Amino acid sequence: MKKDLIIIGGGPAGLAAAIAAKEAGVDDLLVIERDAVLGGILNQCIHNGFGLHTFKEELTGPEYAGRYIEKAKELSIPCECGTMVVDLALSDDRKLVTVMNKQKGLYTIEAKAVILAMGCRERSRGALNIPGYRPAGIYSAGTAQRYVNIEGRMPGKEVVILGSGDIGLIMARRMTLEGAKVKVVAELMPYSGGLKRNIVQCLDDFGIPLKLSHTVVDIKGKERVESVTLAQVDEKLKPIPGTEEEIACDTLLLSCGLIPENELSTALGVAMNPVTNGPLVNESLETNIEGVFACGNVLHVHDLVDYVSEESALAGRKAAQFLTEGLARPDRTISIRAVNGVRYTVPAMLDLSRMEEKQLVRFRVGNVYQDAAVVVSAGGQELINRKKKVFAPGEMEQVILTKKQLSLIPELEELVIEIREAKQGEGR
Amino acid sequence: MSISTREFVCIGCPLGCNITVEHDEGQIKSITGNTCPRGAEYVTGELTDPRRIVTSLVKVEGGELPVVSVKTRTAIPKDKIFDCTRALRDIVVSAPVHMGDVVAADICSTGIDVIATKTVERG
Ligand SMILES: Cc1cc2nc3c(=O)[nH]c(=O)nc-3n(C[C@H](O)[C@H](O)[C@H](O)COP(=O)(O)OP(=O)(O)OC[C@H]3O[C@@H](n4cnc5c(N)ncnc54)[C@H](O)[C@@H]3O)c2cc1C
Ligand code: SF4
Repeated sequence: MKKDLIIIGGGPAGLAAAIAAKEAGVDDLLVIERDAVLGGILNQCIHNGFGLHTFKEELTGPEYAGRYIEKAKELSIPCECGTMVVDLALSDDRKLVTVMNKQKGLYTIEAKAVILAMGCRERSRGALNIPGYRPAGIYSAGTAQRYVNIEGRMPGKEVVILGSGDIGLIMARRMTLEGAKVKVVAELMPYSGGLKRNIVQCLDDFGIPLKLSHTVVDIKGKERVESVTLAQVDEKLKPIPGTEEEIACDTLLLSCGLIPENELSTALGVAMNPVTNGPLVNESLETNIEGVFACGNVLHVHDLVDYVSEESALAGRKAAQFLTEGLARPDRTISIRAVNGVRYTVPAMLDLSRMEEKQLVRFRVGNVYQDAAVVVSAGGQELINRKKKVFAPGEMEQVILTKKQLSLIPELEELVIEIREAKQGEGR
Repeated sequence: MSISTREFVCIGCPLGCNITVEHDEGQIKSITGNTCPRGAEYVTGELTDPRRIVTSLVKVEGGELPVVSVKTRTAIPKDKIFDCTRALRDIVVSAPVHMGDVVAADICSTGIDVIATKTVERG
């Protein structure tokens, strides 16, 4: 089988990319999704708070996904569900996509272009470094979310949650509303990794305590969890003896962060950014392999799905351009160097001849900065200096570069992006 | 007159200001700690009529999935949250259920409907 464009993953990223590519004139395309249904992680995120930016409404996850699934249907975009991509390889400039489907077995599709939109997964239990038994009753927060919200099963009645990322916070509320007692949320760091909005609405609203600088040091129970022991940690994140507290519970949820799912990308030889664990991409969201694009959580972990949709539409447009008129090979590549508090940027480089009039550059900061400014400069010349009351690691930031502005600078090879602060915050 | 104070964390933006409100049985006397007017709006709402959109699940009979996700169409008073989820636990709907279908009208006499946020076909 041959296709012009294969999109791997039918979550919000894959759907938005497919829609944009189709609208830009690519007819011979296919979305491949391993789940039985489209929509990705949104299907299990039944809480509200999606689409505030795009639709000016607070939708739930399934409702937000529904809008894109409808659109894809309207445009007659073919989607193969229940089909998993198991290998990606190159043969000259063709991409060989090997897929596995229960009915059709294993087969290979030859594609001219590929969009990677596989999303991310939770960090494994390895994060929990505790000796002893592994009784039943220990789940990752995302797995618990799936049990409760899709299968309608409750994992337990008395719950302790380790990790205060957004999924952990949302599950604390979810399980409380379903009648469980969430005893405490413990966080190793001195600040929460979740959005403040979620701390207030998911914990404070229900009187669930958040213990910062705490970790689990022991789990009791052979068949099933009977209790966990928490202890406070010092600045080096080592448990402080004498601070142990045993808490009876039958369930421990682990919310230890997300990591882009890039086994396939690596197999293909896609160059990765060690900071994001996602591919290094240019202004077209194209990887180092010509005709291979990436978007959504597989590229960098997003907390707002609106940004995923926007970013993915760009990948779709650029893939279409690659297929129809051909993308010029990079000619004047400008790298973007992230320093002083800026952890990374997407894209990491851009080409003047290929960029659209306006180029969005997204980034995250490594700490909380108050009354600071994000500054973009070229050889000491400031191009952007935008002040903001707060920059926080939990919130993705952006700056917009214009082609016009960049073309005026002779021999531009590198842009530097940094945070300049008045004073530094203590955490959130 | 009995002035009491309440502390809030504003969720308007990531700054998360700690805001103190002095009030006399709900009559606001002073608001301090907010950096911008949105913070004052937020705490006024929180003090006089705190509301939340509630999202939960309802059992489905004969569907491709055993449950369907639902939400209150608009925010309901915060003190009705648990009544609402308790009431939803006793409801069973038959498949198919479509996104936007009313699953429970006027939940707990709030005047607000609970609607399905997902489509569950017959299974
Ligand atoms: C618990 C949680 C809560 C969130 N809350 C909010 C919120 O309140 N507001 C908000 O705006 N955003 C929220 N987000 C963020 C938002 O949901 C995500 O950023 C968005 O869903 C990412 O989209 P995606 O398409 O990149 O990834 P996903 O939705 O994960 O989709 C990836 C898809 O690819 C498929 N796939 C992976 N590998 C393969 C393969 N080899 N073959 C075939 N298919 C494959 C997967 O099955 C999946 O369907 C939340 C995220 C999580 C996890
Ligand atoms: S008061 Fe204003 S600045 Fe402070 S958290 Fe609320 S919205 Fe942000």
